Amino acid sequence: MKKQIYERPLIQRINTGMMNKFGTKTEYAPVSHIDGLAVKDLIKEYGSPLFVLSEETIRNTYREAVRAFKTRYPKVQFAWSYKTNYINAVCNIFHQEGSWAEVVSGFEYQKAINNGVPGPKIIFNGPDKSDDDLRRAITNNSPIHIDHLDELYRLTELAEEMNKRPNVAIRVNMDTGIYPMWDRFGFNYENGQAWDAINKIILGNRLELIGVHCHIGTFMLSPQAYATAAYKLSDLALGIKKKFGKTIHYIDMGGGFASKNTLKGSFLPGADTTPTIDQFAESITTALLNAGFTENDLPLLILETGRALIDEAGYLLGSVLANKRLSDGRRATIMDFGVNILFTSFWYDHKISPAQEFSSYTEDTVMYGPLCMNIDVVRSHITLPPLRKEDHVVVHTVGAYNMTQWMQFIAMRPAVVIIGIDGKSLIIRNKETIENIESSEVMPDFLKKHELASGILK
Amino acid sequence: MKLLKNIALSDTGFVFNPGTGDSFSVNPIGLSILKDLQEGKSEEAIRNRVIEDYQTDNETIEKDLYDFLKMIEQFNLTDYHE
Repeated sequence: MKKQIYERPLIQRINTGMMNKFGTKTEYAPVSHIDGLAVKDLIKEYGSPLFVLSEETIRNTYREAVRAFKTRYPKVQFAWSYKTNYINAVCNIFHQEGSWAEVVSGFEYQKAINNGVPGPKIIFNGPDKSDDDLRRAITNNSPIHIDHLDELYRLTELAEEMNKRPNVAIRVNMDTGIYPMWDRFGFNYENGQAWDAINKIILGNRLELIGVHCHIGTFMLSPQAYATAAYKLSDLALGIKKKFGKTIHYIDMGGGFASKNTLKGSFLPGADTTPTIDQFAESITTALLNAGFTENDLPLLILETGRALIDEAGYLLGSVLANKRLSDGRRATIMDFGVNILFTSFWYDHKISPAQEFSSYTEDTVMYGPLCMNIDVVRSHITLPPLRKEDHVVVHTVGAYNMTQWMQFIAMRPAVVIIGIDGKSLIIRNKETIENIESSEVMPDFLKKHELASGILK
Repeated sequence: MKLLKNIALSDTGFVFNPGTGDSFSVNPIGLSILKDLQEGKSEEAIRNRVIEDYQTDNETIEKDLYDFLKMIEQFNLTDYHE
C-alpha cells in the first residue's frame, strides 16, 4: 500500500467567541512562484532569507500612478523617494520611467548623483543638510527645500559667499484634519510661520523661491487630507503671486500614500481599506484645479510617492528554523528572518504565505525571528498550516523601507534579487559578508592579543 | 498515556469532552493517534504505526508525537488515573 503524505498531528480547541461578520481569512493558499520563478529555486540559488523584487510590478505600479495623475492634471512630475528603497538598481528603474530623485541627506544626494540624475532634478529635502551638502546642491542647481529658519539663514549666507542664487522651496506643515498632525518638518501654515519664511526669502532677495512643499504624514488613509493640503499650498502660491507678483513654479505634495499592507490593530486588511491611487489623484488635482490659478500659472505638481510605488513589488522569502510550543499551548514557529531585516513588521501584520502545498488544517501560530531578543516577533498571531523545519514562506508587500531600515544586528543582511521583465533573476545587492562589516573596524595595537586563562572547560 | 474513556471522536475529526463541554478539531493523522490511544497503544507502537502508514521518519514523528501528546494533556483529554 502506498504511504500517505505526512502532516504533523494537530489538535485545536474550538472556541465559540464573538461572531465576526467579516470572518477571518486564513493565509494558507501556497505561493510557490513569484513572476514565474519557483521560490525553492530562488532560495537554492541565492540562499535564505532573500529579498525579491519584481521589475514588472514596479514599472506597472509606477505607470498606473502616472496615469492616475496625468489624466487629471496637465503638469505632473514624480520624484523617487530614495529613503524608501535606495538600492541603485531600484532607483534606476524609476529614473528610466522618468522619475526625478527626492533625497533627504548628503548620502542620498550622492547616491542620486552617482546614479546620473542631473542636479536640477534632485529635490533636496530633510532637516539635516551640512554646509558641504548645501554648497554642492547650490552648485548643481538642485531645488533645496528649506526646513527651518536656521537653514534659511545659513543658505542665505552661503548664497552670498558663493555669489549664487539657489533655487529653494519652503516646506510647510499644516492641519489637514488628520491625527497626529505632523508639525516637526517645515514652517506652519496656520500660525503664520510659513508666510514669515516666504517674506524673508523674497524680501531678502538672495534665494529664488520656486516652490512650496508639504509632507503631511505617512501611510495616509484619507485622500481628503491631501485635498486640504493642496488647497492650503495653493493659497500660499496664489498669495505670493498677489503680494509679490511672483509665480511659484511647483507645488510638491510630498509622499505618504498608503500601500496595501495591514497596519497592526486594523480591523480590516489593508487591501480592503487603502484608498486607490486614483482617489489620491482625484483629491489633489481637483483642489489644485479649483484653487484659482490661471491656465499659464498652473504649477507643476510634484509627488514624492515612495511606499505606494514599491511596497507590493517586494517579497521576502524565508525558511522555518524550528517549531516549538509555548507555555500557554500556542504554537511558535521560528523563521530565519526577523525584525532585523523585516523592520516593517513592527507596524504591519504582514501577509505571509507558505511556499508549498498544504492540507486545509491550520493552527494559530506566533511567528518569531531568529534573533536572541524578545522583541523579535514577526507576527504575534497568524493562522498557518503546519510548517516543517526548512519549509519556505513568502512575506508579501515588503518593498518599502525594509531594504533601507534593515539592521546589521546579530546576523548579516541577505541578498536582494530582481526578477526582470524577461523572467530572469539577477542579484542587485549581494549578501553581506563578515569582511564587509569588519572592513570599517579598526583594532588598536594594544588590543590585538589576549590570553584566556584555562578554566573548567579545556 | 490513555485518553479519557468518555471522549467522543467523530470520523470527521471532531472531538468532544462531555465532562467539560470542550470541543476540538483534529486533522486525520491526529485522529488516528487519538484512536490508537483509545485502544491503549503505547507511544512506541503509535510511532511504528505512523511510520508504516505515512511518508515520515522516526525523528520527525518522535518530535511531533511528543508535541501532540503534550497538547492533549494540556487540553485535559488524558486519564491520569490509569
